[in-house]
Amino acid sequence: MNTANSTKHHYAHHFESAEHEYQTSKFGLWLFLCTEILMFGGLFVGYAIFHHKYPELFKAGSHFLDWRLGSLNTVVLLISSFTMALSIYYAQMNDRAKTLINLYITLICGFIFMGVKFFEYSHKIHEGLLPGHLFHYAGEGANAVANLPLYFSFYFCMTGLHGTHVLAGLFLIAWLIVRTHRGEFGPKYYTPLECVGLFWHLIDLIWIYLFPLLYLVG
Amino acid sequence: MGTAIVDKNKNYLNEKSGLWSWLTTLDHKRIGIMYMIAVMFFFLLGGIFAMLIRAELFKVGPTLFTSPQYNQVMTLHGAIMVFMVIIPGIPAFLGNFFLPIQLGAKDVAFPRINLLSWYCLIVGAAVVFWSLLHHGVDTGWTFYTPYSISTSNGTTWVVAGAFIIGFSSILTGLNFIATVHKLRAPGMNFWRMPLFVWALYSTAILQVLATPVLGITLLLLVAERVMGIGIFDAKLGGDPVLFQHFFWFYSHPAVYIMILPAMGVVSELIATFSRKTIFGYKAIALSSVGIAAVSFFVWGHHMFVSGQSEVAGIIFSFLTMLVGVPTAIKVFNWVATIYKGSVRFDTPMLYALGFLFLFTIGGVTGIILATIATDVHFHDTYFVVAHFHYVMVGGTLMAIMGGIYYWIPKMFGRMYNEYWARITFVLIFVGFNVTFFPQFVLGALGMPRRYFDYLPVYEPLNRISSVGAWTIGVGFLIGLFVIIQAIFKGEKAPENPWGGKTLEWQTASPPPHENFHNQPVVTAGPYEYR
Amino acid sequence: MAFDRSDLDLFIPLTLFGRLEEVLLGSSNHHVIPFRVYLNILLILLLFTVVTVVVSRIDFGAANAFIAMFIASIKAGLVLLYFMHLKYDDKLFPTVFFISIFFLLVMFAFSHLDIITRVLENNIL
Repeated sequence: MNTANSTKHHYAHHFESAEHEYQTSKFGLWLFLCTEILMFGGLFVGYAIFHHKYPELFKAGSHFLDWRLGSLNTVVLLISSFTMALSIYYAQMNDRAKTLINLYITLICGFIFMGVKFFEYSHKIHEGLLPGHLFHYAGEGANAVANLPLYFSFYFCMTGLHGTHVLAGLFLIAWLIVRTHRGEFGPKYYTPLECVGLFWHLIDLIWIYLFPLLYLVG
Repeated sequence: MGTAIVDKNKNYLNEKSGLWSWLTTLDHKRIGIMYMIAVMFFFLLGGIFAMLIRAELFKVGPTLFTSPQYNQVMTLHGAIMVFMVIIPGIPAFLGNFFLPIQLGAKDVAFPRINLLSWYCLIVGAAVVFWSLLHHGVDTGWTFYTPYSISTSNGTTWVVAGAFIIGFSSILTGLNFIATVHKLRAPGMNFWRMPLFVWALYSTAILQVLATPVLGITLLLLVAERVMGIGIFDAKLGGDPVLFQHFFWFYSHPAVYIMILPAMGVVSELIATFSRKTIFGYKAIALSSVGIAAVSFFVWGHHMFVSGQSEVAGIIFSFLTMLVGVPTAIKVFNWVATIYKGSVRFDTPMLYALGFLFLFTIGGVTGIILATIATDVHFHDTYFVVAHFHYVMVGGTLMAIMGGIYYWIPKMFGRMYNEYWARITFVLIFVGFNVTFFPQFVLGALGMPRRYFDYLPVYEPLNRISSVGAWTIGVGFLIGLFVIIQAIFKGEKAPENPWGGKTLEWQTASPPPHENFHNQPVVTAGPYEYR
Repeated sequence: MAFDRSDLDLFIPLTLFGRLEEVLLGSSNHHVIPFRVYLNILLILLLFTVVTVVVSRIDFGAANAFIAMFIASIKAGLVLLYFMHLKYDDKLFPTVFFISIFFLLVMFAFSHLDIITRVLENNIL
């Protein structure tokens, strides 16, 4: 057993070793990701059912979104996932400076993503392209298909829930940066990095599906 | 790690003192006790509402309430009993206390998350009660659309509260799965785990997989009420029946979240009090997992008359029959365990036998309801009410009571009063049958459920039912006093009063902070009596 | 009677659950994925993003959604295998992941089944 080889971190009393704690934490996090998948899954199932029911509605709705902004956000989020993975890699290499740089890049990418989202949302709100009863758009194509507000219900629910997760991820990454500055992570102990990393990748994963479903397929 | 000095007088109860040490504790045993207090409180509230419902239905015409008030009392009874009593009842209280001990672990895998889950329950419950200040809620615990979209503002609060309580359930389940996989004592392999642990493991799988779907459904319902998003609203192109699909995708597995742990408790009780190796250990263990898996394929049987397509109805009806298979496997194995055992009829065993009797009636009437042709007749009548009370009260609450009496000596180191405990059992058992058996007849005669009033022809049976309900009420009140008396004034209990073979009986009563003075090593199965 | 014979039980080998023991004793030598691999994966992911945008400009009719989902799934697979380390980790983790996907599909299949067969009935009647 490899006990007491971590200088900063002492594992909790009910584990046999730091490795035991690391594996258990990761397993717990995967179980949590499983609940996230099923939670988002409810929205995806709803999307799939209504997309099948009203294909022309979703096609018309997607024309109101700018695919270039969607692509930009996809690229930003993919890069942030890459830097998140790298921060763990450099923690494994015991290179604190590079771990920090990568965490900061991840944080900045997250902010860019939210900035673009903010721009998109304010544009939609301004035009009145809103979910359900709030919908009051009267411009071009407003009456081209029936139930256009339903598309925006899905758009706002899906990206809204996703955006909430990005925000939560940003808080967690900020917390990681603070802890990295304190020098708490190294090759022997980087469980929080690994766990927040998995969470951040899941956010990326969901966006990988949201992007074509909302912006491209229509 | 091994400690040199062991103080035999120190246990988890007297290790620290003060309210603050309880509210911030990370010890799974203390969190279990906190759950016990919370659940008992909610049970008392839900029980008072039940008594009021039966008082209203004692005679034809308005008795105590106006009809909107009745709808609110009925909804609160359902919501409190389902979300705050029966779902957390066994896993979060008895499970929290005994799962790590039965595995030979020092604690659950994530103690802080365990504490967080308790606070989620309390905060969620507070939010639900807050709704009472906003004209209450009258949708029934199922929150069906479209009514739930248009009714009083209290609905938003109850839905939000149920969402928060859902987190409590998820976190408990997550903790249990991780604990079972990662924290078993040396030698404790999967085939040496007590059947209570198997049942909790299966339950935890359901909690983790199904509850998030309830979360998103309730979020969408809140969005529907606040913004009118239209996903469940036919006027805007949505589909109200889709809400029922989403809701029952969670809530059918939730029914097994309620009953599976009860089955686990009963397996423990029957093996211990028959003093015989349990018959068909693996079959019982795997049927728990089987029930958990099948539960995801049957939810449409709640929707036979909802406008669901006939094709889907027939498929769901057929699949529902499958649930009978693992359930019957369990019942037959329990009966086979009792056969030729040296049975002791202490109070916990009485509850286990009561469970067997009542749960079997509940299960068999379930098959009648699962058959699409008969369900069209019985749907939304008192037959359904009687069926699920036979399963939930006759099953789960019987098991909780049996489990509490079984484990009180271990949890508090004190014995309860056997004489009064038996009187409690008789009152609850008799009262239960007097209450709910007439409801099968009422349902078959066509009395609809959830109604404020009924036709005069139903009055005699309703009176019998109400008298039975008050008998159960008295039974549970005495039961509560027996428990409180045992905790504070009971005789000192030995380490192993029942001669149990599972690990919790090999440590002190009450257990020390880390459960065992010496790390146990497991060399045999859990029920090796002879 | 056979009811009092406890040895009359199903035979299910422990090896079904066997891996769990070795996880407990696993070493702390976590697999470190080289930097080049991460970089290559990022480049492939960006490439597929371009592909999915370009392909969406062409109309394949009903196949549009399937093509988009197929490409998205390849991307998701790469993120899972490399960024999320599933390729090298304990096999318990992908099991958890696939169980959640499976039950998601169950949820979709049955609710969708209801809705499509409902439409059919309306057409017939």
